[in-house]
Amino acid sequence: MTQDIVNTATYTELCEAMGADFAAELLDTFLSEGPTMLETLKTAVAKEDADAYRRAAHSMKSNAEIFGATALANLSRQMELTSLSDAPSPIGELETTWSDTETALKALCDE
Amino acid sequence: MNDAPGHVLIVDDNKVNRLLLTRNVEMLGHRVSVAENGRIAMDMLAADRFDILLLDIEMPEMDGFEVLEAIKCMPTLRHLPVIVTSSVEGLDNVVRCIELGAEDYIPKPVNKVLLKARVGASLERKRLQDEQKELLNRFATEEVADQLTESGFAIGGERRIATVLFCDIRDFTAISETMTPEATIDLINTYYTLMFDAVSSQGGIISLMVGDGLMALFGAPNALENSAQCGVSAAQDMLAMTAALNEERAMLSEVPLRIGFGIATGEVVAGYAGTQHRATYTCIGKTVNLAARLEAHTKVAGCEILFDQTTRAGLRDNSKTSEIADVRLKGFADTVNAFTFA
Repeated sequence: MTQDIVNTATYTELCEAMGADFAAELLDTFLSEGPTMLETLKTAVAKEDADAYRRAAHSMKSNAEIFGATALANLSRQMELTSLSDAPSPIGELETTWSDTETALKALCDE
Repeated sequence: MNDAPGHVLIVDDNKVNRLLLTRNVEMLGHRVSVAENGRIAMDMLAADRFDILLLDIEMPEMDGFEVLEAIKCMPTLRHLPVIVTSSVEGLDNVVRCIELGAEDYIPKPVNKVLLKARVGASLERKRLQDEQKELLNRFATEEVADQLTESGFAIGGERRIATVLFCDIRDFTAISETMTPEATIDLINTYYTLMFDAVSSQGGIISLMVGDGLMALFGAPNALENSAQCGVSAAQDMLAMTAALNEERAMLSEVPLRIGFGIATGEVVAGYAGTQHRATYTCIGKTVNLAARLEAHTKVAGCEILFDQTTRAGLRDNSKTSEIADVRLKGFADTVNAFTFA
């Protein structure tokens, strides 16, 4: 893999800035919201709804950045910037990346 | 810097972002309300008072651009500071926010230190603006104050045709010597209240108060169809109110108040004088001097109102005016023709 799944320093900084309890709670929210965002993206692909697709990719990117989920953020950004009608969506790759990210973030939280 | 807490509205469709921003802003000591999209935010802005808006751009139903456009069209909201917090891609989108009136832009993930500085600065500006407006409201009607707020507080003047009115209480020093300090201030306040009512109801503003003397402007900053008539009507209203006040005073065996008015119409330089932080709307020029001299001359002429030729020409009914020709006024090389009511 050419890039890190998660930059652990970002989460450490988040804990320092906001308190470890709050950071853990926020991460919990992200992990439970993530599948919904993936569903929204898949529905948008199926319905060819470019606006919903861009918005969901944007949300995923912005949340991934909060937790230093570099690979997820980069792929989401690419999806946000590429119109649904211009190229096939890498939605399958995003699901895999999400799964890897989820594992890595959960491990981080449990440390 | 004033650290009093503000009421912040956070608008973001994403739950994680809302939680994080809320926590950040609450840690700065401010009160937070949240909205999930622009439409909900607009409803909340209509229902409650906020000091600052933290606005996301990408949102369903009504996005951040649409919110910026909507609030700039609303007189009650157009001065609300908006800080856009977004991870929207492309510099052109950031530029668009600023062009639509956003005060600032903070990229997400939001940096805590940057957020504190931006929110603090925006709140300070908002407070200053509220303070200026409050100050202004003491000198003008709400409509005038709103209009001034609309056109901005730029220091500087413009040439306007306006009517200037001066008035003061005759022999007030002598009257006040027989009164307690409390009663003196009480009387002054009654007089001010009556005068403010008279001036405001004719569309004018009080621009100066010194002791028992007042200067009022008609036709600046807001244009009036007939500033001369408004100025003279205000003086007549004031005289009628003073007569009523004097009836009350007579019953209490107090000496009657006598008031003199000088009114002149013409070109003035009007505008804000002061500093960016404290400014007052005032006007200067020959017309102002003329009104002041005419007011002083009422004592010599033994009448309550004196006005100049231009003011007389503006009156709807000038059949009851009488002329006092060739009056010599201090500071004026030529004699002037003054007018009063017969």
